[in-house]
Amino acid sequence: MALGFADPLDALFRFQRALDQQYESDWLEDVTTGTGAFPPVNVFRQGSNFVAIIELAGVGKNDLSVEVRGNTLQISGEKVVEYVDNRSMHRRERVAGRFDRSISLPVQLDANRVAAEYRDGILCLSLPRAESDKPKSIKVN
Amino acid sequence: MSPAQELEVQLKREVEKKEEPTIPLRTYLPNTDIFETESALMVVMEMPGVRKEDIDITVEDDVLSVLGRIDFSKYEKLQPVYTEYNIGNYRRTFTLAASSVDEHKISADVKEGVLTLTLPKAERIKPRKIQLT
Repeated sequence: MALGFADPLDALFRFQRALDQQYESDWLEDVTTGTGAFPPVNVFRQGSNFVAIIELAGVGKNDLSVEVRGNTLQISGEKVVEYVDNRSMHRRERVAGRFDRSISLPVQLDANRVAAEYRDGILCLSLPRAESDKPKSIKVN
Repeated sequence: MSPAQELEVQLKREVEKKEEPTIPLRTYLPNTDIFETESALMVVMEMPGVRKEDIDITVEDDVLSVLGRIDFSKYEKLQPVYTEYNIGNYRRTFTLAASSVDEHKISADVKEGVLTLTLPKAERIKPRKIQLT
């Protein structure tokens, strides 16, 4: 952050913007760079950190990419549904396609400590809050 | 379907129950593909979050039932702050054509939350080539 001769009004606007975001954001906010609503995401609190659990049945680990930047999470990849040759279909409900979803969390993340685990069709992201974002208790004198 | 198509969220369909369970647990229908090859009927079900050992498959009186149980214990310590989908067990039942499947040779494989069942056709219904004499 720039220190020194900043416009005092600028600081006020920043503060208001931050407050507005607090009111408007209902937890995850879709970010314009992402395109779709797939995959669905559940977010849980675990102590002071967060855990995102995402259903991605049938997506190979190698077809999946997760990126974290600041407080934005991007999950993209491709789901492939393969069939054998010479078959006759009786029922088709599974869908294949590409996905790209960006979501923004209302907290800053420590990108270096984000861990991703994919097992049984579930992607589990452990999202530690950045140290700078954690609440600090202030001693009252 | 072209692979470039954008994926959309498939809403989970709940199983309509005849009896109510004693615990308020949800049960969903897994998205299923069924296709037939020359030698077998293949059933592919999406059951994300279900471990291999938590899947029960039975074939009785030409009815195939699959039950996939979710391990809820890992959610116990988590407090939800934002949710888009619900979780529950998966259950689905299909009626097979009478004695069309060799019940003893059914095999199953789970990968990435997708269960693939191979139900080999009974010898009796396999196509036979008739030799003209």
